[in-house]
Amino acid sequence: MTTRPNVPFRYALNAAAAAGLYIVLMILIRAKVLNRYQALMLIPIGFNIILAVSLNLSAGFLGQLPLGHAGFMSVGAYTAALFSMSVSLPTNLELPLALVLGGLMAAVFGVLIGLPALRLKGDYLAILTLGFGEIIRVIILNLKFTGGAYGLKGIGRQTTVTWVYIFVLITLFILNTLIKSRHGRAILSIREDEIAAEASGIPTTYYKVLAFSISAGFAGVAGGLYAHYLSILDPSSFGFMKSAEILVIVVLGGLGSIFGSVVSATVLTILPELLRGFAEYRMVIYSLLLVAVMIFKPSGLCGRYEFSLGDTLDDFFTLLRGKLKKQEPVARKPATPEPAAPEPAKGK
Amino acid sequence: MTPILDISHLGIKFGGLQALDDFNLQVQNREILGLIGPNGAGKTTVFNLLTNVYQPSKGKIQLTGENIVGKTTHEVTRHGIARTFQNIRLFKSLSVLDNVKIGLHNSMSYSLFSSCLRLPSYWKEEAAAAKFGGELLAVFDMERLADVPAGSLPYGAQRRLEIVRALATNPKVLLLDEPAAGMNPSETAELMRTIHDVRDKFDVAIILIEHDMSLVMGMCERILVLNYGLVIAQGTPDEIRNDPVVIEAYLGQQEEEKEKIE
Repeated sequence: MTTRPNVPFRYALNAAAAAGLYIVLMILIRAKVLNRYQALMLIPIGFNIILAVSLNLSAGFLGQLPLGHAGFMSVGAYTAALFSMSVSLPTNLELPLALVLGGLMAAVFGVLIGLPALRLKGDYLAILTLGFGEIIRVIILNLKFTGGAYGLKGIGRQTTVTWVYIFVLITLFILNTLIKSRHGRAILSIREDEIAAEASGIPTTYYKVLAFSISAGFAGVAGGLYAHYLSILDPSSFGFMKSAEILVIVVLGGLGSIFGSVVSATVLTILPELLRGFAEYRMVIYSLLLVAVMIFKPSGLCGRYEFSLGDTLDDFFTLLRGKLKKQEPVARKPATPEPAAPEPAKGK
Repeated sequence: MTPILDISHLGIKFGGLQALDDFNLQVQNREILGLIGPNGAGKTTVFNLLTNVYQPSKGKIQLTGENIVGKTTHEVTRHGIARTFQNIRLFKSLSVLDNVKIGLHNSMSYSLFSSCLRLPSYWKEEAAAAKFGGELLAVFDMERLADVPAGSLPYGAQRRLEIVRALATNPKVLLLDEPAAGMNPSETAELMRTIHDVRDKFDVAIILIEHDMSLVMGMCERILVLNYGLVIAQGTPDEIRNDPVVIEAYLGQQEEEKEKIE
């Protein structure tokens, strides 16, 4: 059995790391090491992380591949935007309220769509959720109060790096603790073998819908951040291509790895910007990179590996003491929930 | 003594095929019962009906006096029927201990809220589950393997882990579907000891489907023989071994008899 990590210490360590990273980012921005454009890039990185990690919950951990994630994102975006436009509260209260509301609304849609959709599997589920995603988009396009094809304009630009950072941390913390609980194990057991899960007393339908709606809920939060970042919402930006884009991030990072999704969302948000110099070739290079990763590492960049700051430091110190000779014939495996500390905030 | 499991007139039809008809069985607590028969006789169908993977077309199943027909599989598991599968179904990429903890799912009760915020109930129940899971594994000499992915275990250990996981759900009746399939004689002998241990330590009734006659004859107190969905014989191993109907079902009629009929 593995030795039980010192839990309070691990929490403190992760909290310190999260705070430390935030301070470093703020210093970089204040000291103009990151220019205004680069500092603003941190926001899309943030909501892409939330989108990817939340999609990973249903695609990687539950093992059901939905293709309508952008639909839930749009539900959250419009809900949050309409809320913040209709009330006037102090910004620091209005934005989180709008985001939570957007998330809840998206989660409700997750339940509504999940109930019928999750009766299907594999390709069928993918096509059906793709259909639902498009239906949501078309409905938004044709409603009056959403601004229809003109879009929704004049949403307050309230999304700041700090708020994005806070919500990324909340997302990572909640998904990480969820996965390592009895509920998370139930979700994983469905991915591994649904028949055996049911026979082990897991109410599989309940957990499928639960995971699906939590996944949708966080997509809604990301949508809210997106809305208050761009200040304009246009239904055409929530089409199938957006869903596919999020899926690419997840698959590239590794289905079933939260850490992988964080890394991959960061890389794939920055990469197209870095490649801007290559003008028309940039999507070609981007696509080639994806092809290369799928050929050389089909399980994604991180497979099912989960980064744990505590474990990494432990390993590092053992290495320092030169005690790593004949330790642990059984290698540490990825994605096996242990009573370890939550994943630290290595995101942005 | 009232039976722990009482099945009466159970039957199921798949289209025009009567896969099982008029199946009656009373199982006492701590009984070890064998279910045998040629391929396609309906043995696994009985298990699938007991765990409500299929809904019976007629008949009743009572577990400790309560009717369980119409419940879902996970509800039946919670009521006390656990099973293993003919072709092993483990959660392969999860650790051995996690496989057992999934079996313990319903013995824990902390909420979703508690797990996301890691409230004290989470820590308490998870620690208890880890301890109990470890003890269960220790009974089967597997505690060293707790952190190994279940899929990388050797075959025999995978079969044992399936039994551990089933026991973790705290069953009253344990259904074993061909537990000795693919095992060599020494592994089978070990399995027989394990099954006896399970019955003695966990106080469960065991129904097992098996083709390995040494195991069935060696350890079952009572045997039921199925053929074409009908119970053609039941009794002690000795009675079954010498029953002409059973011999006929397995080996066919003897030449002279055939001639006589002609």
